[in-house]
Amino acid sequence: MHPWAWWVWALGLAVATTRTTNPLVVGLVLLAAVVVVLARREDTPWARAFRGYLLLAAAVLVMRVAFHVVVGIKGPGQVLLDLPRVPLPEWAVAVHLLGPVTVEGLLGAVYAGLRLAALVVCFGAANALANPKRALRALPAALHQIGTAVVIAMSVSPALVTSAGQVRRAQRLRGQEPRGPRGLVALAVPVLDDALDRSLALAASMDSRGYARAVRAGGDRRVAALLLVALLAAAVGSYGLLDATTPGWLGVPVLLAGAVAAVLGSLLAGRAVRRTRYRPDRWGVAETVVAASGVLAGTVLVAVTASDPALLEPSLHPLRWPALPPVVVLSVAAAVVPALLPGRPA
Amino acid sequence: MIRFEHVGVTYPGSERPALRAVDVTVEEGALALVVGPTGSGKSTLLRAATGLVPHFTGGLLTGRVLVEGRDTRTHLPRDLADVVGVVVQDPARGFVTDTVEEELAYAMEQLAVPATVMRTRVEEVLDLLGLASLRRRALGDLSGGEQQRVAIGAVLTARPRVLVLDEPTSALDPGAAEDVLAALTRLVHDLGLTVLLAEHRLERVVQHADTVLHVRADGTVQQGDPDEVLAVASVAPPIVELGRLAGWSPLPLSVRDARRRARGLREGLDAGGGSSPTHVRSLPAPPAHAGDHAAPAALLRADDVHVQHGRVAAVRGVSLELHAGEVTALMGRNGAGKSSLLWALQGSGPRRRGTVRVAGRGEVAGDPSTMAPAEARRHVGLVPQDPDALLYLESVAAECAAGDRQAGAPAGTTARLLRGLVPEAAPDQDPRDLSEGQRLGLVLAIQLAAQPRVLLLDEPTRGLDYGAKRRLASHLVAHARAGGAVLLSTHDVEFVAVCAERVVLLAEGELVADGAARDVLVASPTFAPQVARIMHPHPVLTVDELRPSLEVGA
Repeated sequence: MHPWAWWVWALGLAVATTRTTNPLVVGLVLLAAVVVVLARREDTPWARAFRGYLLLAAAVLVMRVAFHVVVGIKGPGQVLLDLPRVPLPEWAVAVHLLGPVTVEGLLGAVYAGLRLAALVVCFGAANALANPKRALRALPAALHQIGTAVVIAMSVSPALVTSAGQVRRAQRLRGQEPRGPRGLVALAVPVLDDALDRSLALAASMDSRGYARAVRAGGDRRVAALLLVALLAAAVGSYGLLDATTPGWLGVPVLLAGAVAAVLGSLLAGRAVRRTRYRPDRWGVAETVVAASGVLAGTVLVAVTASDPALLEPSLHPLRWPALPPVVVLSVAAAVVPALLPGRPA
Repeated sequence: MIRFEHVGVTYPGSERPALRAVDVTVEEGALALVVGPTGSGKSTLLRAATGLVPHFTGGLLTGRVLVEGRDTRTHLPRDLADVVGVVVQDPARGFVTDTVEEELAYAMEQLAVPATVMRTRVEEVLDLLGLASLRRRALGDLSGGEQQRVAIGAVLTARPRVLVLDEPTSALDPGAAEDVLAALTRLVHDLGLTVLLAEHRLERVVQHADTVLHVRADGTVQQGDPDEVLAVASVAPPIVELGRLAGWSPLPLSVRDARRRARGLREGLDAGGGSSPTHVRSLPAPPAHAGDHAAPAALLRADDVHVQHGRVAAVRGVSLELHAGEVTALMGRNGAGKSSLLWALQGSGPRRRGTVRVAGRGEVAGDPSTMAPAEARRHVGLVPQDPDALLYLESVAAECAAGDRQAGAPAGTTARLLRGLVPEAAPDQDPRDLSEGQRLGLVLAIQLAAQPRVLLLDEPTRGLDYGAKRRLASHLVAHARAGGAVLLSTHDVEFVAVCAERVVLLAEGELVADGAARDVLVASPTFAPQVARIMHPHPVLTVDELRPSLEVGA
């Protein structure tokens, strides 16, 4: 499966969740994401990280509710828990420290927290299903070097965490608990030492295996000129767009011209990179289905909320069971289609 | 073909050249073995052949190095990628991608090999190195031996004519090391590759070498046939030591050849009643087991220890006693749970179940995991696999002073211990500039300053040459003789044969054998040291045991 198919799918779901706070819709989207991940994930390190995203989502939800109880603005409504309100000075008017917790306020916090949690899960689903490194490697040739750098940076941070853990453990053998500034030095020196060694070893390995071999020294002058033009156009164009007093051609047209220059520049730069791809990910029917199912869910929700903003907004005053139009259910159901695709994930 | 023409290398900030006046030629299709003491410039020689010296490391290169006709002065390492393949000691550090198949293809992608050719070459290499069943596996999940074979495969796909390997087997268990070496010899014999290979443990590779490059401590290089060079080289595996001692010429380099030459020696031992061989019989008597009536005191007792790492059960129900006066070797495959067990015994590592008790000075037993770290290390000291993690100060003297303070020892204790272990380490040196063996000595001194009676060492022989190993062995034996107990994990059977009386064998986290070193080692097809293989069926482990009978015989 092409990694970008999963990212498009997850992006569609993420857009869907941002359009509403309706807990039924958000809950359905969340459920769809989890079902697809469970059905399609493989036994890979990045797929194993999905549990972490679920825990993070739960933590986000709990935090959101806790914040509401402790410092949220408490509106009127059915009091559920009558906490005493801590008086605050005049200037802290937007903060209510404790105070009576109402059903409506609490539900509002849960709805908002649920939406954030669903966003986290959508992001986690894309990460669990698509190998993040492969996704970066599918970048156009011009971005190949940057993509490689990002891939390596991504593997460095977990390595740093592991290394810090190992050093802490080893230092206890010396009978010292790393604490205070001295402890920080004792921890940082071996960790950075190891990180430097590691990156040098990797750089040496990549160098002797031909990395960056085909790139001409100094680069292409035309690329530099085109990218400079693109950058200038972006600056001038944004100025023209935001300042109402400038003539109309200084806005969108200049921005477009800049974009064309940028694309030309990267195409030229891409020609200088001579490399091939081993078994590149192909975009087939399955990829289209996956991407389309996510896009569909996103567009339907955008369309529904645009035509009738109140339809999906759950009413808190008065408290009412949120509505769930059939078209929304169907569109979210479409997002589960990737789980039913034939064959094991490749 | 690799040709060094009057090559000298001097690193920046160094007064002494790492290599000088090197004139050697490695012919096409030859396996050249690079030997020499630690820090002699073996790695520099290898890196000069790949262009990493001086393009990557910096430094001044005089003379010139030609690899398949390309001059490394004008060719960067990346421009040599299609003729030289480089494999390093720790392959995991050089991996760029996630899975076996992608790693194999990486070099070809950089060389812009057409996609269809890439597919066929990947399949060829998968078959050649027996990696087909691993093709989709994540690199991080592979064992050490598998990783090393993938690293070799990853350079082979670019179809290099020369392979350069820097200690490819030093982190591997004997079985995995055999696999890697078998793959290498196959490449030399079947594909005619030129191989430049550096090794510390020569016992397994020396028989496969066509030529030996001996890097001396002063940076000069002597080239010659294996038996000629090794007859005088400063490093020698047991088989060569035995050959030198017995005066065999030409020197036998394989166990098969040595067995033929040693027929007389074995018959002499068979006779038994003769004058000289009885010495051999009388030697094997490990002092710790000398008298059963005086049972040695158990300094550490572990019962049913379990260690869990995530979903993996690393150690499963190991019970073990460590006795005063005994050096015990902990052996087993990569990933058998040796490190986990050592950390659990020390008390700093996780332990899911079971008990560990150490005998205190006043015979009060305690569990090291419940003690404060500073207290636990007074009972059980551990030198971890990566000793560098313990060092963080900018000079040896500062490390020693900190060591005294942390151990609560009188000032100068650590420095005195260090002088005994590594006399050549200067106090103002940066610990990171010391050699691997010297750093190990420094950490050992720091740990010994707390006077633990139980000493645990995790893979202490990595990167040590024969001389450093001999010194380490004598220190460990001395620690045991002074009433301590030593438990060391290692893959180095020759080192075990020299210093350990007892061998504990782990497999998949379980204890599968625990007995006298002689019984466990001689019986095992993978763990038997060279001398035991040569002298089979006589249970002799080291050259030193044969010395008396040979000397009398001569």
